[in-house]
Amino acid sequence: MIFSFETWQITLFSIAVGLAATLLILPCGIAMAWLFARKEWPFKSVVETLVLLPLVMPPVSTGLILLKIFGRRSPLGQWLYERGIEIVFNWKGVLIAMAVMSFPLLVRSVRTSFAEVNPRLEQIAATLGASALRIFFVITIPLAYKGIVAGALLAFSRALGEFGATILLAGNIPGKTQTLSLAIYNFVQLGKDPEAYTLLAITVALAFIFVWCSEWLVRTGKKM
Amino acid sequence: MRKSLSVATIFVVLACTETHVWAEEILASAAASLTDVLNEISKDYQSKSKNTVKFNYGPSSGLARQIDEGAPADIFFSADLPQMDNLDKKGRLEPGTRKNLLSNQLVIIVPADSKLAISSPKDLLKADVKRIALAEPSSVPVGVYTSKYLTDEGLWDQVKPKVVPVQDVRATLASVESGNVEAGFVYKTDAAVSRKVKIVYEVPIDKGPKITYPLAIVKDSKRKDAARDFVSYVQSPAAKDAFKKYGFVVLD
Repeated sequence: MIFSFETWQITLFSIAVGLAATLLILPCGIAMAWLFARKEWPFKSVVETLVLLPLVMPPVSTGLILLKIFGRRSPLGQWLYERGIEIVFNWKGVLIAMAVMSFPLLVRSVRTSFAEVNPRLEQIAATLGASALRIFFVITIPLAYKGIVAGALLAFSRALGEFGATILLAGNIPGKTQTLSLAIYNFVQLGKDPEAYTLLAITVALAFIFVWCSEWLVRTGKKM
Repeated sequence: MRKSLSVATIFVVLACTETHVWAEEILASAAASLTDVLNEISKDYQSKSKNTVKFNYGPSSGLARQIDEGAPADIFFSADLPQMDNLDKKGRLEPGTRKNLLSNQLVIIVPADSKLAISSPKDLLKADVKRIALAEPSSVPVGVYTSKYLTDEGLWDQVKPKVVPVQDVRATLASVESGNVEAGFVYKTDAAVSRKVKIVYEVPIDKGPKITYPLAIVKDSKRKDAARDFVSYVQSPAAKDAFKKYGFVVLD
């Protein structure tokens, strides 16, 4: 199938920013998932709930909160603006919207895979004199890596499908912040169904591949 | 070699400074329903001006929210008045730049291959018009407007049993296109994009709902001169012809 320049541009832009968002949340997501799975601390359940909120809240309201936080009239937005950093109506806005919306999915998946690692193995390593950091990188991560990759793939798929938070924070500017989801919305609004279906087919194909890989990793991971 | 390099550098720097001074990139937040016509008008504008125009397309309510939070838009094209009023009240618009530019019209459409003789709202009462598609008349604006218009004409009670309530204007268009209903009510701009339907009656503007598309320059804009230049182009005869082509009514 031959796609137009715009279709390629939109698709590659979505993949690039989605990938960047996933890589951005990966270190923090892994650290947080480990804290949730392995440690007990005060207000843990409150923090856990807060982190999961974007998963269940209407994305538009998450977008509205992000717009309040990063808009030029907020203290943070003003501070960034004075330093020449623009988030609203910019690809950075797309990145932040995607990262925030994908974060809970990543944390949930990685947390489950950490919980499935037998703590005895970590304890044995500790009795043999391994440091906490060494145990984490040599025992925990390798045993949970399939779950981590599965979580990252799921987070990336969620980022690709992001709509509500993106359109509010980054706008829907063709050639600048327009992602696959935003372009589909625009084509539907205009009654251009063939164009919308083309982009929809790309979205479905990408999502299918990544969710399928993610599920496969989770399934084979459990057999170990 | 070094000399030619430095000369080249000077040229590059000059070229950059010049584009920075003369050509500006304007960002206009516009209702999604204006996408096609504004793309056409801006293409025309850019062929004549050094400025470039980028658009942020979305629902008017969301666009107004963004401008209220300080999003760097220069121009706001809204598809309804309340959103513009809201920004105006908050002092977010450049005084004296607000203008009601366009209006839209209710029309009766039938499938393009329809053989039924419908030329006025009264013809909807005929026995061979069995179903009429209409956006939910209790909640969706176009449905509310249509039921009010037909009530004013004394036709609503007889038309009502034939009405198939659908989700919105797009759904109305789709059901008429597919031939599942004999007729439907939509906005003229929606009818203009479909080749599978034809307009058989236009509700006179003074009898139908007041649908207004206002525009204004945003007070926080850093490129007001360029924005003014584009706004005046949008009101030129060439731009007006484009709006009419897409089914809009241009207000004077």
